[in-house]
Amino acid sequence: MLPIIRTALVSLRRDRAALALSFVLPIVFFSIFAVIFGGRRDVTPKITVIFSDQDHSFASRRLLKGLEGEGSLKVLTRPSAKKNVQQPEYTAATAEAAVRDGVAPVALVVPAGFGANPISFGRNRDRVSIQLLRDSSDMVAPQMLGGLLQKIAMTSLPDLMAEEGSKYMDQYVGGFSPEQRKKLSAGLEHLRQLEQSGQGSTAKTDGFLDGGIIAVETRDVVGANKDNPMVSFYAAAIGVMFLLFTASGAAGSLLDEVENGTLDRVLSSRVTMTTLLGGKLAYSALLAFSQLVLMFLWAWAVFKLDFFSHIPGFVVMGLSTAFAVGAFGMLLASICRTRAQLGALSTLVILVMSSIGGSMFPRFLMPEAMQKAGLLTINAWAIDGFTKVFWRDEPLSHLWPQISVLLGIGVALFVIARKLAQRWEYR
Amino acid sequence: MPAPAVSIPSPPLPLRIDGLTKRFGTLTALDGVSIELQSGKCLGVLGPNGAGKSTLLRSVVGRVLPDAGTVSVFGCAADSDEARKALGWVPQELALYSRLTCRENLESFGRYHGLTGNALQQSVAWCLEWAALLDRAGEPVQNLSGGMKRRLNMAAGLIHRPKLVLMDEPTVGVDPQSRNRIFEMIEKLHDAGMSIIYTTHYMEEAERLCDRIAIVDHGHVIAQGTREELVQDAFASRSEVVMRVAGPADEIARWVQQRGGRTVGATAQFTVDHPTEITGLLDSVGKAGLELIDVSLRKPNLESVFLHLTGRELRD
Repeated sequence: MLPIIRTALVSLRRDRAALALSFVLPIVFFSIFAVIFGGRRDVTPKITVIFSDQDHSFASRRLLKGLEGEGSLKVLTRPSAKKNVQQPEYTAATAEAAVRDGVAPVALVVPAGFGANPISFGRNRDRVSIQLLRDSSDMVAPQMLGGLLQKIAMTSLPDLMAEEGSKYMDQYVGGFSPEQRKKLSAGLEHLRQLEQSGQGSTAKTDGFLDGGIIAVETRDVVGANKDNPMVSFYAAAIGVMFLLFTASGAAGSLLDEVENGTLDRVLSSRVTMTTLLGGKLAYSALLAFSQLVLMFLWAWAVFKLDFFSHIPGFVVMGLSTAFAVGAFGMLLASICRTRAQLGALSTLVILVMSSIGGSMFPRFLMPEAMQKAGLLTINAWAIDGFTKVFWRDEPLSHLWPQISVLLGIGVALFVIARKLAQRWEYR
Repeated sequence: MPAPAVSIPSPPLPLRIDGLTKRFGTLTALDGVSIELQSGKCLGVLGPNGAGKSTLLRSVVGRVLPDAGTVSVFGCAADSDEARKALGWVPQELALYSRLTCRENLESFGRYHGLTGNALQQSVAWCLEWAALLDRAGEPVQNLSGGMKRRLNMAAGLIHRPKLVLMDEPTVGVDPQSRNRIFEMIEKLHDAGMSIIYTTHYMEEAERLCDRIAIVDHGHVIAQGTREELVQDAFASRSEVVMRVAGPADEIARWVQQRGGRTVGATAQFTVDHPTEITGLLDSVGKAGLELIDVSLRKPNLESVFLHLTGRELRD
């Protein structure tokens, strides 16, 4: 038994690629998952909320203040400044457009008249509902915001709560005596003064009440008419991950050429190294694109993805993604010396890229720093692009950031791969 | 009035290598090698393993970047398109796509050389016939025998119908029967007027196939000429006596040294100006207290030339 163990250990020690896969990969993965789901307070993802105040009332301002006081929310009242020029506050229309564009997964529009009757117990025909506009691909943010709104009503608008309570007393119990009403008014005034001075109850209060104290009307502005909201996301997410594997495998044919001697023969013909690499890249990209086509056709046939009305966007994004992953494969192949090395390195790099780039779980679930790190991956840009096409129904012109980055990545990786491949050119 | 003399420029040589030098770190693989190949001739590059034969061919086909020297193919620089078109190369190691069939391999390499359509198909057909692989055209390479793979490897180097072909030890690891078949293929090419460079460390191959032979050792060309010229230069009209004797090893070594011979394997070899000198050698065996097992007299061959020039056997 011992000799067998010893032989296996010696083999493992010599095979650095296997060694890396055995020990490094699990640690890397554990760390990534620990950061994402580990629940450390300082890295918990914040939900971005667009707030459009059409009411400009005392109640709406306090509601905004309450929302801003929530540690789990990042509230935007206006688009970020362009060329140092402050942008106007969100209107109902711009807030909706921003959700469509993916600026935030959810927007709150406080309509004019909300402040007249902000809180009610039970149904009240007179009250004006806050509009909650959501991107239904994010199933977490709208639910969380809905709950938080009710909490904020309790904690940030205590005087209005009490006033509304007194109305119910008047209606159903017979009302207060003049003396009681006088004391109640004085108490409410005191509460208002406390709120205005900032000494009142804050949104940090742990209390939570559910039950529709504030009327909220939820509306899907993205994906409202989609049969299967997450299918396009997963088709892109899983598709890109496997594209990366496919491309690295296809690029491995370069190493096969080195190992079986055909590279020398090819390079002694009219074919130059640039032509050879270009040909391999084109092959990898075509293979990857075909794989994407098959994946999305399957999603259309089985999961009712609306494929055929998004063909132009799909082709543009598919080709850009295929080019980028093809170049990525060429780079990996040109770094490695053997197929075994390529297998180990590509597994390591692709799984890490896929986990932080959003192929394994949506990036909006990740901490902000991790979301930013994800932008260094092909996965993130490709998924964002496909989401724009299939989820947000955005026009081709809106895809330029994703296409530019993917093509840029492709060109840069190919140039590096070409440089590295010089070592095979002459000996 | 006599017509003015018109000098007709001689056509450029298929291959001219001048002062080629290549170093790999501290190892000098080629050290100022100069070789010329006449049109339609077969030049053998004979030398032991590690002599620099493969490096020489790889320099010609542009797979090795020389440190010094020039290579011209039909008067063109070796890295020019014209040279690549005119040059065929059969590498020593098999360089084939194992999952592709014979035909697919040939088609692939043909396309890499710019062949298309009918020209490609005609060339593939010629190659398959030349390599006697017509009946195996649709067979994946991985299913072929070693000899067939070797023949296909050679055919792939000729797919673009070059005018000059470089063959780097094409019979390495091939059984005698397949080797003969390969010789016939090369002779067919030679008869058709192809210019050939053929590297080998088998003397018999060089003697059978080559018009001229360049003997290389440690990156140098140490002799060049026809077989007869090489033997003549090294031995003039002398002959070789090969003797096998029995006795204590140190006694044998002392006797060989005294008689000016050398020990080659289990034999003692002597060079004699005249066959009658063999009598003296036979007498000396008994005087040295050794027992003669057998003796033969032979004309020197390329092996003898190499031994004479380097003090080592060709297959060392």
